[in-house]
Amino acid sequence: MSKKDTKEPSRRDFIFLATGAFAAAGAASVAWPIVDQMNPDATALALSKIEVDISQIERGQSITVKWRGKPVFIRRRTDEEIQMASRVDVNSLPDGNARNYNLTADSSATDENRALDDNKEWLVMVGVCTHLGCVPKGQSLGDAKGDYGGWYCPCHGSHYDTAGRIRKGPAAKNLDIPVAEFVNDNVIRIG
Amino acid sequence: MSKESTYIPRNGFAKWFDQRLPLPRMLHDNISAFPTPRNLNYWYTFGGILTFCLVTQIVTGIVLAMHYTADAGLAFASVEHIMRNVNYGWLIRYIHAVGASMFFLAVYVHMFRGLYYGSYKAPREILWILGVIIYLLMVITAFMGYVLPWGQMSFWGATVITNLFSVIPVVGTTITEWLWGGFAVDNATLKRFFSLHYLMPFMIFGVVILHIWSLHVTGNNNPVGVSVKDKQDTVPFAPYYTVKDALSLVCFLILFAWFIFFNPNILGHTDNYIMADPLVTPAHIVPEWYLLPFYAILRAIPSKLGGVLVMGAAIAVLFIVPWLDTSKVRSATFRPLYKQFYWIFLVNCIALGYLGSQNPEGLFLVASRICTAYYFIHFLIVMPVLGLIEKPRPIPESITKAVLEKLEIKNSKEEAKA
Repeated sequence: MSKKDTKEPSRRDFIFLATGAFAAAGAASVAWPIVDQMNPDATALALSKIEVDISQIERGQSITVKWRGKPVFIRRRTDEEIQMASRVDVNSLPDGNARNYNLTADSSATDENRALDDNKEWLVMVGVCTHLGCVPKGQSLGDAKGDYGGWYCPCHGSHYDTAGRIRKGPAAKNLDIPVAEFVNDNVIRIG
Repeated sequence: MSKESTYIPRNGFAKWFDQRLPLPRMLHDNISAFPTPRNLNYWYTFGGILTFCLVTQIVTGIVLAMHYTADAGLAFASVEHIMRNVNYGWLIRYIHAVGASMFFLAVYVHMFRGLYYGSYKAPREILWILGVIIYLLMVITAFMGYVLPWGQMSFWGATVITNLFSVIPVVGTTITEWLWGGFAVDNATLKRFFSLHYLMPFMIFGVVILHIWSLHVTGNNNPVGVSVKDKQDTVPFAPYYTVKDALSLVCFLILFAWFIFFNPNILGHTDNYIMADPLVTPAHIVPEWYLLPFYAILRAIPSKLGGVLVMGAAIAVLFIVPWLDTSKVRSATFRPLYKQFYWIFLVNCIALGYLGSQNPEGLFLVASRICTAYYFIHFLIVMPVLGLIEKPRPIPESITKAVLEKLEIKNSKEEAKA
């Protein structure tokens, strides 16, 4: 071996390496389409914007709509719920980030940064537990709402408060707030 | 494969064929004439049972695929179509569904037998590792198969398990969306799971061939754990072990048939007879019974990333068992301390299974944390330390001697009775 190492590389060595590199590049270029075909396709991406009519929702009521195959919770909160959410000291929260895609990534998890409108009446969030993806309970009247009066995930016991922030349990993050805006007083666009 | 061939072609055609493709020679040397230790007990028949299970799953699976439709809108109804309309569809589906449970039952017996008799020790490390790979492939295949009926448990099981990947830092979300082919478990996910569920049994089949090849290079371990020394220690596989395996298989099939014909749904979950609904999570999500111990480990850890890592480690640790056990003695029969810890470990695994089926709250959570800790203590502390401090009992000189000694004791007991 050591004898061979000291030799000048021959033309054969060069051809060997060049052929190998060419074959590797060729294999990689064919492998990528096979890997990429599994990514979300055009139909999945096309469904990424929806408009929701909210004119029928009274205070204290919620609806669940489907967006990108996931449930989105839209809740028109009561004054009591808003007060409960506003009273909380942000520094005491397990996740201090707003997780709001309408704001900058480092926004803090205040109630203002969670609600959609200035009156803080409307809360729009992805209804997927940030632990392992179950849909938390709390949308229907008879549901368990957890220790903080918001939502409760029955799978592994995560409790969310009235602003959808994680307070107790294995989940590490607040419920995500998707990109959303009011088109007019009666319609919200999500995505 | 490592021994001299004993095959003698019976006639001219056999000789002609043997010179062109020595397939009969391979089968003769590796099945009929394969020298097998003479003292194997019934725990050693589960390899044969597992081969039977694999073939059963492949045959029934191919048939089910003729009637099943892998589409989120049609899958649930097509399974009901199989149950109600297809001739004997109910039977074939129940064999396949119960068969998965029976497959895992047999593989757990097989693995615990290996742990008891030290079948993972030199020179059988590769044999053991191939076995762990097969087990891992089985888990993935079973998980994907469970998604196909597109019931509530299918859907939410798939959601929870694929979300495990989201804990990977930075690329977690990209990976889960790649696995799903969308932003949630949906049609694309179902279709790829079906494709892979059909593929993986053949991958398992391939690794099984390597597993058996490796077994036939090292030869079987046996209950006394002493290596084969001469011809006296072995008997040809046929007819001695074909008959023993067959008897064991028949007993196994009685249990199998009882489940199929009298209680086909007892091992499943009723929620899976409700069609998948992406907006409603069932109150209790539990995996099939054979994955419950790992589910208990996942939920015992209070951090999301930690839980996933520890659960992965629970399987990963099996790969290094051959090097964690420092004792030179293979069989637990001659290891008074290891034998006790072995049974504690077995009970601990069953306890983890029970805890996996319960809500992780209060005492259940405390218990699953203790059992999870003990699971790792057994492998990482008990196994290496025992080999150093334990004084094994005297080991028989040879397999034959051990067999004859046992026979003598039995005879003298009978004489005393008479």
